Amino acid sequence: MYGKGILKGLGVTLKRFVNTYVDDLKWLGKRYYTAEGLAHRSSKDASGIFTVQYPEEKLPVPEEFRFIPFLVYDETEEGNEIRCTSCGICAKVCPPQCIWIVRTSDPKTGRPVPAPADFTIDADICMNCGLCSEYCPFDAIKMDHDYEIASYGRTVYGLEDLMKPASYYAEIRPINNSIEEAARKAKEEAKAAKAAARAAKAAQ
Amino acid sequence: MATPIEAPTLDFSSRFPEGVVADERKGFEGYIVDADKLIEFATALRDEFGYDYLSSVTGVDYVAEEMLEVVYHAYKTIGGAGLVYKVQVARDKAEVPSLYDVFPGADFQEREAWDLMGIKFTGHPDLRRILLWEGFDGHPLRKDWQEAYYEADVKPFKSRWPEGNFYRSEEKVDYKANVKYPGNFDPEKWVPEGEDALYGSLAKYEDTDTSGLKTDHITVNLGPQHPSTHGVFRIAATLDGETIMNMKPVMGYLHRNHEKIGERNTYLQNMPFTDRLDYLSSMSNNFGYALAVEKLMNIEVPERAEYIRVLMAELTRVQNHLFAIGMFLNDLGAFFTPSLYAIEERELVLDIFEMVSGSRMMCNYFRFGGLARDLPEGALTMIRGLAFERLPRKVDEMDRFLSDNEILRSRTVGQGYLSAEDAIRYSAAGPMLRASGVPYDIRRADPYSIYDRFDFNVAVRQNGDIFDRYIIRLDEIRESLRIIQQAVEQIPEGPIQTGKPQYQVRVPAGESYGRVEGPKGELGFYVVSDGKANPYRYHVRAPSFINLTAFGPMCQGLKIADVVAVLGSIDIVLGETDR
Repeated sequence: MYGKGILKGLGVTLKRFVNTYVDDLKWLGKRYYTAEGLAHRSSKDASGIFTVQYPEEKLPVPEEFRFIPFLVYDETEEGNEIRCTSCGICAKVCPPQCIWIVRTSDPKTGRPVPAPADFTIDADICMNCGLCSEYCPFDAIKMDHDYEIASYGRTVYGLEDLMKPASYYAEIRPINNSIEEAARKAKEEAKAAKAAARAAKAAQ
Repeated sequence: MATPIEAPTLDFSSRFPEGVVADERKGFEGYIVDADKLIEFATALRDEFGYDYLSSVTGVDYVAEEMLEVVYHAYKTIGGAGLVYKVQVARDKAEVPSLYDVFPGADFQEREAWDLMGIKFTGHPDLRRILLWEGFDGHPLRKDWQEAYYEADVKPFKSRWPEGNFYRSEEKVDYKANVKYPGNFDPEKWVPEGEDALYGSLAKYEDTDTSGLKTDHITVNLGPQHPSTHGVFRIAATLDGETIMNMKPVMGYLHRNHEKIGERNTYLQNMPFTDRLDYLSSMSNNFGYALAVEKLMNIEVPERAEYIRVLMAELTRVQNHLFAIGMFLNDLGAFFTPSLYAIEERELVLDIFEMVSGSRMMCNYFRFGGLARDLPEGALTMIRGLAFERLPRKVDEMDRFLSDNEILRSRTVGQGYLSAEDAIRYSAAGPMLRASGVPYDIRRADPYSIYDRFDFNVAVRQNGDIFDRYIIRLDEIRESLRIIQQAVEQIPEGPIQTGKPQYQVRVPAGESYGRVEGPKGELGFYVVSDGKANPYRYHVRAPSFINLTAFGPMCQGLKIADVVAVLGSIDIVLGETDR
């Protein structure tokens, strides 16, 4: 019968249409604007309409999600301590070359000091590849989760804009943070053990 | 598939006592052919030795040796390893005979080499610039050519660290000094001669009307701004009434010279740039580039990483084909219902990519010798859920929804025919080649990674029309799902990176060509290293670009409305076409 294929296709469309309402009823008004409803709509079991009502609803981003880098600082009793040592690896690995670092040097000796005097990221050029954070040996530069940074002008971040506390980092990337924390601790312990061994040797 | 015939051994010395010598530079392979022997050699390769598929044509500028080299990669459609041959010419007199008559698939690639490298292919019927505009000054892939806002030959730039005082390039470069123009260039007086050449090249058709009525043909430009072109792409067509007499695609509107950027980058810095080629299937692009560089570095990839790579590449194929089908239906006039159904499923695949790599489309997930990071917890469960439960069901639904639709069938069956011989001659690749009845799939023909371990069929269809190019994508999704199902079951635990992750890799001097069966066809990366931190030459064999070579011939005799359907069935992404 001519037109059978079209009818079959329309059947699929009708089923989808009905499914949306059936799913709505199943969820009794909780399909939208709830975390479970949102998770359901983006899972393999989803049926019916998928739409996420952005900006009222937002999809939760996974831990690895990456957007414009920021610099991590530790909050210690002596004040905020930036982790960056201005070694320049991030500036060297950056594919579009959007990271600019001015190294601090000691005013007396002129020798480099491990802290950045200035740090600029041209967010208009940044391609969000995440290589800087991947290759930073000090866990000092990390990729952010905040993607709503559209603006009318140009977006260039200076040192002040880039600084975010370690607690924020732990909040957005808990798994990565705990792994790195453990690695740092192990390293410090090894260092302390070595120093103790050396001290014991010197005392002998 | 025909039984592979035992090919004659490659003894060129008896067949070509002069003019063909083996390339003996360290790290290089293949043969160097004299320019005047080239056509004879290529013909012999095709007819006597079975290398009937010309995969890639490109040039390399060896500026120190004052020499330009044209590199050809030939393969057999019955499978097996390839053959590289090269022609070397002086830099200031770069003329090479065109292979257009032997392999029409060389058409666009030779035009590209002329455009970007300045290699003149004598005997090419339509040697015009293809990616750049007609008034462009110079040939940008030559090593002594410098782009606007040129800072240094290679990255990283010295200005960034340790005295990285931020400035914008445009603050230092005068607006007028930004772009180079040919001598005496006056925009007011400039006439676009290239347009005349384009229309001239279309006007080869002769009127065969016998009724005595004099008829004119009209030239119609479809695009560059047209929703059916999937981007910024233009089709210049000569029409007789509504019938296409001759047609040429015009492209390059999205050209950014990816290859020049690639030569400025370090090896690793290039990885995120490959994402931006075919932005719908960035994992496959990563894969091809990683293979090419790994071949040069001669490193192995751990088992687990290989499995994850295959998983990602196949998921990419699934989502790319879903999108291709959806958008193809849009081109046919099924306004957005099929494409949104397809996009729904694609979103779920992209969720996995986002979870694994951190980005939905610009994945940047592969590293040389492994991967950026291991799969996060829960990723395998998600892949399982999709590959075993949801996607098979949804692909069947798509099939039921569309394949028997009478409108779709009457628009596509028997239209836009490409014969198997033509598909090979025009160097068509991927679904386009296989829909014409050539069972050539690199995963099977010249297996890379761990594809030799999986049980899957090479999807092939015999009719070579638009419908087959549509339905073969559904077949391929099903086969990809089979591979994913096997890979998920077999994936071992273990490391995902060989050695320590390095941001500066050591790549020995030499050349390599890494190719993968991308969703759109054969995606090849030709990399030449001189042992430094940056690739000396980096070339992308872009399937979207080369598949368009057959676009014009396929459309001859069709109605203008069918051109859109043919283009949709080729499945191009302009990010890759224009590079």
